[in-house]
Amino acid sequence: MVFEGLAEKLQSTLQKLKGKGKVSEKDVTEAMREVKMALLEADVNFKVVKDFINKVKERAVGAEVLESLTPGQQIIKIVNEELTALMGTTQSKINFSSKPPTILMLVGLQGAGKTTMGGKLANMFKKQGKRPLLVACDIYRPAAIKQLQIVGGQVDVPVFTLGDKENPVKIANEGIKHALDHGNDFVIIDTAGRLHIDDDLMGELQNIKSNVKPHEILLVVDAMTGQDAVNVAEHFNEKLGIDGVILTKLDGDTRGGAALSVRAVTGKPIKFVGLGEKLNENSIEVFHPDRMASRILGMGDVLSLIEKA
Amino acid sequence: AKTKQGITGKVDELIKSYQKIDDDLFDELEEILITADIGVQTTMDIIDAIKDKVKSEKIKDPLAIKELLKEQLFEILNELSDDEKLKIEPSPAIILVVGVNGVGKTTSIGKIAHRLKGEGKKVLLAAGDTFRAAAIDQLQVWGKRAGVEVIHHQEGSDPAAVIYDAIQAARARNAEVLICDTAGRLHNKKNLMMELEKIFRVVEREYSNATREVLLVLDATTGQNAIQQAKIFNEAADITGLILTKLDGTAKGGVVIGISRELKVPVKFIGVGEQKEDLQEFDSKAFVNALFGQE
Ligand SMILES: Nc1nc2c(ncn2[C@@H]2O[C@H](COP(=O)(O)OP(=O)(O)OP(=O)(O)O)[C@@H](O)[C@H]2O)c(=O)[nH]1
Ligand SMILES: Nc1nc2c(ncn2[C@@H]2O[C@H](COP(=O)(O)OP(=O)(O)OP(=O)(O)O)[C@@H](O)[C@H]2O)c(=O)[nH]1
Ligand SMILES: [Mg+2]
Ligand SMILES: [Mg+2]
Repeated sequence: MVFEGLAEKLQSTLQKLKGKGKVSEKDVTEAMREVKMALLEADVNFKVVKDFINKVKERAVGAEVLESLTPGQQIIKIVNEELTALMGTTQSKINFSSKPPTILMLVGLQGAGKTTMGGKLANMFKKQGKRPLLVACDIYRPAAIKQLQIVGGQVDVPVFTLGDKENPVKIANEGIKHALDHGNDFVIIDTAGRLHIDDDLMGELQNIKSNVKPHEILLVVDAMTGQDAVNVAEHFNEKLGIDGVILTKLDGDTRGGAALSVRAVTGKPIKFVGLGEKLNENSIEVFHPDRMASRILGMGDVLSLIEKA
Repeated sequence: AKTKQGITGKVDELIKSYQKIDDDLFDELEEILITADIGVQTTMDIIDAIKDKVKSEKIKDPLAIKELLKEQLFEILNELSDDEKLKIEPSPAIILVVGVNGVGKTTSIGKIAHRLKGEGKKVLLAAGDTFRAAAIDQLQVWGKRAGVEVIHHQEGSDPAAVIYDAIQAARARNAEVLICDTAGRLHNKKNLMMELEKIFRVVEREYSNATREVLLVLDATTGQNAIQQAKIFNEAADITGLILTKLDGTAKGGVVIGISRELKVPVKFIGVGEQKEDLQEFDSKAFVNALFGQE
């Protein structure tokens, strides 16, 4: 991905500025058009892009063009810094409860990757010395419970289920009791995929929340999601008050602009990313805002070159 | 019916709020198209085409914009409308269903099986996803719901071997339609795409007389990456149609406009829910009308 797309375009747009001391408003406007296109191509939400561009414009107009940089690189640097800042400058971790068990609930649209992520998290925290329990609250999807049981088996973590005839709120409650009785200090609740506009099923999640009081409600979002990511995130956050986001399927070739959208509308940190169908440590990572920023911009190694310049 | 929310009304609202056609109007139109996931390039091209018409035909009334816009979209989708029906005649027919992870392949297969069964067809399913946890069980539940038999091996076995067996079974039982599930795979994974090619070789060799449909399932929630998915799956598998799922949500699925434009592959079905009835034949006119506000 070296020098792909945006970086190249910005360089050529701004080539003529070489030798000037400062970046003018007109230069910036021209450059921002390219940035805007790149962000939209990467599926960042239209409104989020607009706000972002305005912010960068403000900062870039009148900026000194550093001796060592071309104006194009200077603007890339600003764009990247702002983007990284928007994405959350620091890495964030799971909040463990001082009184075990720590309860984590995974929610999201259908097929986002919740059940798989449940397996990955269980595996990761088990390796860190926790004693996780997976709780099967998806009573709707065909064979969802069986799937979680297989996933649990693969990482050698127990799975609590009451079958698919009981209410998910009851299953969650009983699951927590089971964890207390069996010394599981980390509970992961797998919920059914649902639409953010499905009031009944959103109500079910609210009920689970008020019953078991999870320490972390994490919204699982497919990295390939388009413009709709903001609607989804906004609704889930409004209805549930999410604590963070997990971005899945980043092993694909999507730019992943949804990351920026979701972050911008909820203000909640992206905590982990999923990178594959397997459950091992290689297919889950802590979120790195800076890497995500350059991925969205499609700039690969350009940034490290700029840093060295 | 469910695609009707959303942009419906937005274009109307926009047009009403303008006295004349100017750049601001086009900027807002651009926003509407892009937020429907139509994509930057396609959006620009559509808007340029409208601008040209406005100029050449000296159009002054903002109200005319709506019709011009629809014209553009029909032009892209309509070329394909003859192919929108599922081709399963003459029998026997085989339908291979492919796509990236979690888009709704298995569910769509269940719904198609239910529909064809209802039409009196003899249908057989093949559990070609031997990788994902409980994928076989999931298809079996759908087989039960639709009342059709499922040919399967164990988890972890060779998918091409499952398809081979299913073809023999389809022959032996005189099944009119065999629908094959496959594991979700990201298009950028070379080895997984190769595995697909192996399945296709089996079909070519063992069932070359069968009418063939290769359906790529796309999630309407997906953004511009869907174009990449369509391109690369098409290279590996000669896609004959698309299924656009999850249109019961708030995503508009506008990315199919861009895909239709580049690949000339028709949309055959849309998914509008998780139940067996939640599958509709695609109608490009209805789709565009739904997107742009004509009840
Ligand atoms: N390539 C890739 N595939 C993934 C990733 N995470 C999940 N998947 C796949 O995506 C599909 C859906 O994953 P699930 O874990 O079943 O998703 P879910 O959110 O639980 O789905 P529902 O319960 O139906 O809502 C499966 O094929 C998974 O193997 C990832 O990070 N990368
Ligand atoms: N709301 C809605 N959900 C759907 C639709 N189609 C499928 N789903 C849901 O999406 C999730 C994934 O569907 P699957 O059929 O398992 O998808 P898949 O492509 O077979 O997934 P993998 O085999 O894991 O790659 C399930 O929870 C389905 O119930 C639809 O049209 N609308
Ligand atoms: Mg699940
Ligand atoms: Mg499947």
